[in-house]
Amino acid sequence: MLLLDRNGAKPDPFIAVETLDDAPGKNVIDAFASVDALLAAGPAQAAVLAPNDLDAEDFAPYLDRLALIAIRFPSATDGRGFSLARQLRRLGYKGVLRASGPLFPDQFPQALACGFDEVEIPDANAARQPVAQWLAALNRVTLSYQRDYARGATGPASILDRRARS
Amino acid sequence: MYAYDELDRQIVRERVAQFASQVERRLDGSLTEEEFRPLRLKNGVYLQLHAYMLRVAIPYGGLSSRQLRQLALIAEKYDRGYGHFTTRTNIQFNWPKLREIPAILGLLADVDMHAIQTSGNCIRNTTTDCFAGAAFDEIEDPRPTAEWIRQWSTLHPEFDWLGRKFKIAVTATQQDRAVLRGHDVGVRIVRNAAGETGYRLYVGGGLGRTPMEGKLVRDFLPRAELLGYLEAILRVYNLEGRRDNKFKARIKILVHEIGLEAFRAQVEAEYSKVVAAAPAPDLREFERITASFDAPDFADLPEVSRKLEQAQAADPDLAQFVARNLFRHKKKGYVALTISLKSIGGAPGDATAEQMRAVADLAEQFSFDQVRVSYKQNLVLPHVRRDDVPEIFAVLKAQGLATPNVDLITDIICCPGLDYCALATARSIPLAQTLSRHFADPDKQKEIGELSIKISGCINACAHHHIANIGILGLEKSGGESYQITIGGDPGDQYALGELLGPGLPASAVPEAIDRVIGVYLDARRQGETFIETYRRLGVTPFKAAFKEIADAVA
Repeated sequence: MLLLDRNGAKPDPFIAVETLDDAPGKNVIDAFASVDALLAAGPAQAAVLAPNDLDAEDFAPYLDRLALIAIRFPSATDGRGFSLARQLRRLGYKGVLRASGPLFPDQFPQALACGFDEVEIPDANAARQPVAQWLAALNRVTLSYQRDYARGATGPASILDRRARS
Repeated sequence: MYAYDELDRQIVRERVAQFASQVERRLDGSLTEEEFRPLRLKNGVYLQLHAYMLRVAIPYGGLSSRQLRQLALIAEKYDRGYGHFTTRTNIQFNWPKLREIPAILGLLADVDMHAIQTSGNCIRNTTTDCFAGAAFDEIEDPRPTAEWIRQWSTLHPEFDWLGRKFKIAVTATQQDRAVLRGHDVGVRIVRNAAGETGYRLYVGGGLGRTPMEGKLVRDFLPRAELLGYLEAILRVYNLEGRRDNKFKARIKILVHEIGLEAFRAQVEAEYSKVVAAAPAPDLREFERITASFDAPDFADLPEVSRKLEQAQAADPDLAQFVARNLFRHKKKGYVALTISLKSIGGAPGDATAEQMRAVADLAEQFSFDQVRVSYKQNLVLPHVRRDDVPEIFAVLKAQGLATPNVDLITDIICCPGLDYCALATARSIPLAQTLSRHFADPDKQKEIGELSIKISGCINACAHHHIANIGILGLEKSGGESYQITIGGDPGDQYALGELLGPGLPASAVPEAIDRVIGVYLDARRQGETFIETYRRLGVTPFKAAFKEIADAVA
């Protein structure tokens, strides 16, 4: 798996464990279905991998205790994760949001705009689409017609905000 | 017309470069064919039966003379000298080469045009009344609202990977001329009791293999809230719409399966969160767009044109054209003039480069530089002086564009069908041509009166056959082409889906079957009744009986 954010490839600080007995003191990622057990096991930091068909409200009780939420993209063309990320940010989630699945570089700016921080792609995809292609994809369209999507300094500038200023 | 600013231009240029990069990465193997396919579709590039096809966006059907001339140039240089106007008010070029498409996109960008989101599972071209800004009966010009939606929906980062395509139409009149209830979302501009202008929203309409009528989801939405409410609808659809079966992935199926009340509750709940999270909506951008659409500098003219009346008296062809192809304008002394792309025996919606240039010249000289494309696959000069109609008619006649058949039986809507389309199950254009010739006699057409025929070459219903007075659906049946006929459909305020008359017929039997159907109408109609009115009064039974004689004869 290749993990990258807007600055490029990065190591994954989270590990999967055989049993939650191994969790204490570690940064552990587990399935969202096991979130209660994971949190009870006392990891240093907790992360979950969630399917994209959950209700954002399902995450609400855990948001301030999860350092990372990874949302699975079963295919590149299934865009539910984009809306789910947007809703999680609206609920006030401050941790890391990861898009996990066979996305391709042209979707990287879309993922970031919707609130994701990073993407994790299968090795086979990464072999065809190395990090340089992902970073290049961020700079192709530098403007957007939507107002409050882009996060951070590298997102496209809102045409509406520019017009409002002029 | 809306005028692009530098920011609108920049985003189109950047999108062209992005597409060029996508093509490059497909060619070097970075993108698989499966990955590339939705990317090329989102930029209007289809792989058809014989060639690539490029669908160019014509937002809400509006073109300037300069833009239409550029389309003529592209038709000449990169196609076989013609283009095809569609029921989504776009234009398709059927014969471009893949390697030439970036050059075509460059030519389009030169005139503030593009192919963005003309296909793919995203928000498509927003359409409206072809008489927008001219119609006597509109509350206001619907184009600023359509442009507002166009911008909001362009390259939207969240709604680019929907379960299926998403189509929005806007109208501002009581009489629906934009097939509002046949769209994923229909936006009707209305005034409430307090005199405020806002929107009435319909959701879940559509044709295709499961035709449905759009349902009222919000009776009145204050203007400033439109984009926030659309965001809520799209988010609910993106999250809840089915992903397991592409034939059940349109929003109409979601609304149907969970029910309108549950759907509305979800949208309203999502919308209340959108409102709580976002800064208060404002109308600055809407007002900027509206100012860009400022009304042409109309002259004060008398209601009646003596010049036109005299010319009509001298020329029965002109008189017939005036009777059929003019629409009442909001400004005295002006009309909106429809240029029929349904010449007798022609391919519906096709225009040659030379014809496009002639229309562009007419628009420049006589219609404030404006041309519209209608969903009925005709062109419109929206602001024409009555005095100028004879001169315009003469030019149109010389170009083979003066067919006086608007809304008559030969004004046939027709998809490209099996002559071009990879999805088609039967040809549609040859049947349209046959029927057009069959009913060519102007007196016969006049006698029959207003009647719509729409021919789709497959179940996807690009020609809207379900909502035709007489709808024809071409299917493949044991190796041959078979045509099912429905009657009684209506695209407007009395929105109705047609009823199937019986088994499919071979193309050769269709004209006679339609003769029989029309025979029932002509025998039974009361004074002043149109075909659809007689049908509503009689019901389908007598038509079925007449149809059966033909069906039995060919069975």
